[in-house]
Amino acid sequence: MAITSIKTGSSFTNLTKYDSFLAGNTAFSPSSYESIASATGTGSSGTITFNSIPSGYSSLQVRFTAKSTDTSGGVGYVFFYSNNSTRYYWHSLYGTGSTAVTANGSSGQGYMYGGLAYGAAGIANIYGVGIVDILDYASTTKNKTYRMFYGQDTNNVYSGNVSTGSYLESTNAITSLTFTADLGNFTTGSTFALYGIKGA
Amino acid sequence: MAATYEKIATTTLGSAAASITFSSISSAYTDLRLVFVAKSTTGGSAIANARLTYNSDNGTNYSRTTLGGNGSATSSYQNSNNTYIDLALANLSSAQPSFLSYDIFSYAGSTFKTTLLTVQQDYNGSGVIERIVGLYRSATAISTIKIESTINTYDVGTTATLYGILKA
Repeated sequence: MAITSIKTGSSFTNLTKYDSFLAGNTAFSPSSYESIASATGTGSSGTITFNSIPSGYSSLQVRFTAKSTDTSGGVGYVFFYSNNSTRYYWHSLYGTGSTAVTANGSSGQGYMYGGLAYGAAGIANIYGVGIVDILDYASTTKNKTYRMFYGQDTNNVYSGNVSTGSYLESTNAITSLTFTADLGNFTTGSTFALYGIKGA
Repeated sequence: MAATYEKIATTTLGSAAASITFSSISSAYTDLRLVFVAKSTTGGSAIANARLTYNSDNGTNYSRTTLGGNGSATSSYQNSNNTYIDLALANLSSAQPSFLSYDIFSYAGSTFKTTLLTVQQDYNGSGVIERIVGLYRSATAISTIKIESTINTYDVGTTATLYGILKA
């Protein structure tokens, strides 16, 4: 409740005198890790987009759980791209459960591999997860380097896969990020959360 | 209201222990992140492993896929229908602390729980790095996390800190 006026003759007793505007409350400490936006799958769309990303942070992080509506058993990758380039170059390291593989793409492609989201066939309730870190995303003088760490284990229904990689694109500032399902759409249980990380 | 990234609890061992447990974890967050900096006690087999279980569930409800490197070779492993999520290559040395992290996604939801784990060890001549995806096939919210060594105990000074991460 806020005190908006005090009239003559008002009576206050047993009041505590404070020398600080905090008045006994703990100081508010702004977080260095802030939630910017989040979105959930609809089951009828394979696209999640974050637009108008503010430039007030040092880095961005996206955390997601994703599952495809596709039931073919194909590997349902999560692709993503930003506003600032149509060509991406990458290196990655991944494990299938039996083999470790490293790969790269040097010719440029229109999206990046951001995660896995196998479809529903035989693996109900199992989601792919991933973390995407984007460093110095608002710079207009540096190429952008991304780091992905993602995986999906299906208790051997399909080959498990864990992957990490980095990708490079252009010097334009990033103001939007779009995630797309390689196969089918994102189920209603899929969630994508965008965070901003402040510098010192 | 919970903060976006908030420390829930932390433990620093004042005496050697075979396990560290976080219990009564609030369901107020979207994800959990556990940071574990651990060293094994010496003597006998001077190493400790780090087996992860949830909700005191020791059933065959766990599986994992691992990508690892030891400085000279890479490898990938998979376990299914296991009673815990384990590291594949690494054991915790008594010489230097190892850094482990656990990102536990949608831990309070009603779907199965997937965790991303990392392991970093370097002992000036040997070491291991691992990236692991682990699956816990239970639709029950995670309220207890246990990391346990069945080989040797965790040494004094070992720390484990649990964070909660909240989305918009």
